[in-house]
Amino acid sequence: MDEFIWIAGGRVIDPANNRDALGEVFVKNGKIVDNLTVEEREQAHHIDAEGKIVCPGFVDIHVHLREPGQTHKETIKTGTQSAAAGGITTVVAMPNTQPALDTVQTLNELNAIIKRDACINVFNTACFTKDRKGKELSPIEDLISTGIVALTDDGDCVEDNALMRQICEIAAKHSIPLMDHCQEPTLTRGAVMNEGKWSRELGVTGWPNAAEDIIVARNIVLSKYTGAHIHMQHISSAYSVELIREAKKLGIKVTGEAMPHHMALTDECLKDRNANFKMNPPLRTEEDRLAVIEGVLDGTLDIIATDHAPHAKEEKETTLDKAAFGIIGLETLLPICLEVLVNSGKCDLPFLISRITHKPAELLGLKKGTLSLGSDADITVFDPNKEWTLTEESILSKSKNSPWLGKKLKGKATHTLVAGKLIYKA
Amino acid sequence: MTVAEKPTTKHFLSTKNLPLEDLKNLFSKARLYKSALDKNTAEHFPKIEKTLVNLFLEPSTRTRVSFEIAAKKLGAQVVNIESATSSLTKGESLIDTALNLQALYADALIIRNKESGSASMVAQHLNIPVINAGDGTNEHPTQALLDAFTITEHFRTLSLSGLTIAIVGDIAHSRVAGSNIPLLQTLGAKIILVGPESWIPSNLANENVSISDDLESALKVADVAMFLRIQTERHANQSQVPLDYYVLKFSMNQSRLSWLKKDAVIMHPGPINEDIELDAHCIRSDRSLILQQVSNGVAVRMAVIESCLGH
Repeated sequence: MDEFIWIAGGRVIDPANNRDALGEVFVKNGKIVDNLTVEEREQAHHIDAEGKIVCPGFVDIHVHLREPGQTHKETIKTGTQSAAAGGITTVVAMPNTQPALDTVQTLNELNAIIKRDACINVFNTACFTKDRKGKELSPIEDLISTGIVALTDDGDCVEDNALMRQICEIAAKHSIPLMDHCQEPTLTRGAVMNEGKWSRELGVTGWPNAAEDIIVARNIVLSKYTGAHIHMQHISSAYSVELIREAKKLGIKVTGEAMPHHMALTDECLKDRNANFKMNPPLRTEEDRLAVIEGVLDGTLDIIATDHAPHAKEEKETTLDKAAFGIIGLETLLPICLEVLVNSGKCDLPFLISRITHKPAELLGLKKGTLSLGSDADITVFDPNKEWTLTEESILSKSKNSPWLGKKLKGKATHTLVAGKLIYKA
Repeated sequence: MTVAEKPTTKHFLSTKNLPLEDLKNLFSKARLYKSALDKNTAEHFPKIEKTLVNLFLEPSTRTRVSFEIAAKKLGAQVVNIESATSSLTKGESLIDTALNLQALYADALIIRNKESGSASMVAQHLNIPVINAGDGTNEHPTQALLDAFTITEHFRTLSLSGLTIAIVGDIAHSRVAGSNIPLLQTLGAKIILVGPESWIPSNLANENVSISDDLESALKVADVAMFLRIQTERHANQSQVPLDYYVLKFSMNQSRLSWLKKDAVIMHPGPINEDIELDAHCIRSDRSLILQQVSNGVAVRMAVIESCLGH
């Protein structure tokens, strides 16, 4: 039997198609259609979106789902449920699992788990070096055949420039993007947080901006010579934003990514040694924060992603030195971006939505992030004015390591649909 | 309204936000203890019949012994635990170790550990006093206290306003600097942080704190030159500053003594890397307060223990 959905009364924002108006969205058998007949409308599941925004489901290309191997932090099931609650319908999972995603067999096994447990679209990446050690190439060409959408050693950075050059050459040949975690390792040994006044104040080893800037510059150079598309993950340093801006002017094929936490918070937030503010790269200064926002606004940083990095309580409730890096972010993407970018008047809703829907999808060649006719009906309905409080109980992720725990937030997904199925309702 | 409140446990964790009034009290107590120690009359003080545990999870001789003697001079018992003999090597967490020591009726815990924030983290879980004897690259508050006490004693002044103190070395990785910078400011001193640029976070500068990479010009205006131990063991980024470059620019030696002001003095928290921070001549010169620092450590720690455990 045919299935129909009729979403009416909301402001429909579909940036890829320049659509921003009160209107309706129709779904037939999991696909977006331009209308439904009177009979079809009678059968349709009706969603009242009055006062709400109707837009493509969000696309988050930087997520740690922890499966296989670290299911005490997150699983495909809990991670995708958490994403759905945040209005996210597509994620790209990072390969720093245990074992790391560096063989065809591991990827095939993971794909079977995704097929069984994921309630949203999950795309995989694979490592470009074996076990993300930065020493030996992984079997890149075999890995590509499993349908991965990018190569990355996220969490670590290849220090060896000759090896990175070789990786770039292979990636260029196969036209597959590289997503790089830009962290020069010799400058960040033992580093815990941004190097500066607060690292001295707290007596912990600093992570200097230069460690990011150096690898961003290195990657720009390698992209120029090899033609590889290098996507710079989680940019946190003002000068890195500037480097990417200049590289783009020269036509070099690099892109950049901003995280909500780097746009919202600074290293001062660590003053109480709360490890829920410890992540990699770290929160930086106000100057860096503003530069990241500026980078998003002028398109230097092409997209926004979360770097959702779940960790168990005991991995965070310890000293800053020992605590694990990373914070969860799927359920706070929307309210934090609304607060930092839209409610502050820095950009309008269609601009923000483009940065978390079709832009990241296009960046990796995914046919996602639009309400185009015939496309999969991945749709998010959200209330931009809904006020709510983030609590351990409200979080669907298996882990609760958020810097916004206990904070009042504004903006919440009310309905999340994937391929025409309502998978989350507030 | 006024229900009997549980008295708050008095920890000694940090020199940040330590009120001037508390500092003055600690110093006047320490002065009393010092003169009694010098006259061998310490046994006349009221006894603190408590048991302190020295939980030292990083190597230390001076600080551990200093705390032990301070406690014993006050009549307290001391149990020493070092990392090799502790259950931490069996995988027990620091918090669990501390909770077990509390359950064993320890009356106070003196902690040294390599991770910053260790002592304050433990203090949050315990209801007996915790004294920070050095946590990672964060703080070493009793060292700063004895340094400041030594300066006030030498210059015969309680306030340090009008004095300029040069702190030389790896400011970013020194817990001694981490405690001294706030404490000396509370006492009114001007501070010059001297060292290679990559060892001094530039945003530490304020109206009372300046930054210099020129030892000679700093020493020309300083009343106290405090040289810090170059902690190669704590250097994550060992390649940042080559040692020979450091020695060339920042090492204090006989020929550089002439850079000092007439009445200026030299300090060092120890242990000294001879010919790196200071040469043997400087260590033993009449400008050096280094042994006074060591002696004062006992009196100052007696005052700290008394403030945490006394009546």
